[in-house]
Amino acid sequence: MLFYSFFKSLVGKDVVVELKNDLSICGTLHSVDQFLNIKLTDIQVTDPDTYPHMLSVKNCFIRCSVVRYVQLPADECDTQLLQRCSKKRGSSE
Amino acid sequence: MSYLPGTASLIEEIDKKLLVVLRDGRTLIGFLRSIDQFANLVLHRTIERIHVGKKYGDIPRGIFVVRGENVVLLGEIDLENENTLPLEEVSIDEILEMQREEQLVKQEEEERKKKAMLERGLQPHSELHDDMF
Repeated sequence: MLFYSFFKSLVGKDVVVELKNDLSICGTLHSVDQFLNIKLTDIQVTDPDTYPHMLSVKNCFIRCSVVRYVQLPADECDTQLLQRCSKKRGSSE
Repeated sequence: MSYLPGTASLIEEIDKKLLVVLRDGRTLIGFLRSIDQFANLVLHRTIERIHVGKKYGDIPRGIFVVRGENVVLLGEIDLENENTLPLEEVSIDEILEMQREEQLVKQEEEERKKKAMLERGLQPHSELHDDMF
């Protein structure tokens, strides 16, 4: 549940989600669930010429299984905290 | 926030007009009538929209039950901007013909790449399938 909590802490921030079909969508993280399905608001496709489908879409739900990367705002991520959490889990199990 | 397991948060989208992108690249637009935790969907009054460049065509399809694993994303259609897109609608026959031409061009390019790689002694990897993931 570490990454679920981590993503929950990023709600409201701007992220870029790159999908396995090379579509990348920039938007504000609206919500995330335990499978890491992602809901974005106010989206913008980084390459609208190749993907004109999305021009009329403002908010979208992305199924967890199609996400390749999520680009996060660097200053919002406490990597040291993440590292400590995973160490703690590793030693307790 | 209330605890909604899986895709249950999509309940809010029921009866709205949604755009669904499938794993094979198809785009469906219809009214969401039902969902479950896997994002299995029921779409009502569905059309399939084909885009080629700045043009698109709509094919009426009816009712769909989509298996969740094939769903890439669900987008809420912004009804205000729906009719002010910089795109042009063309007839079904026209868009199908354009799609076929586009596919031919893609295929030719693939063949060229494959040949060029073989000439240089490289084993071409077939990374572009219709169903990419």
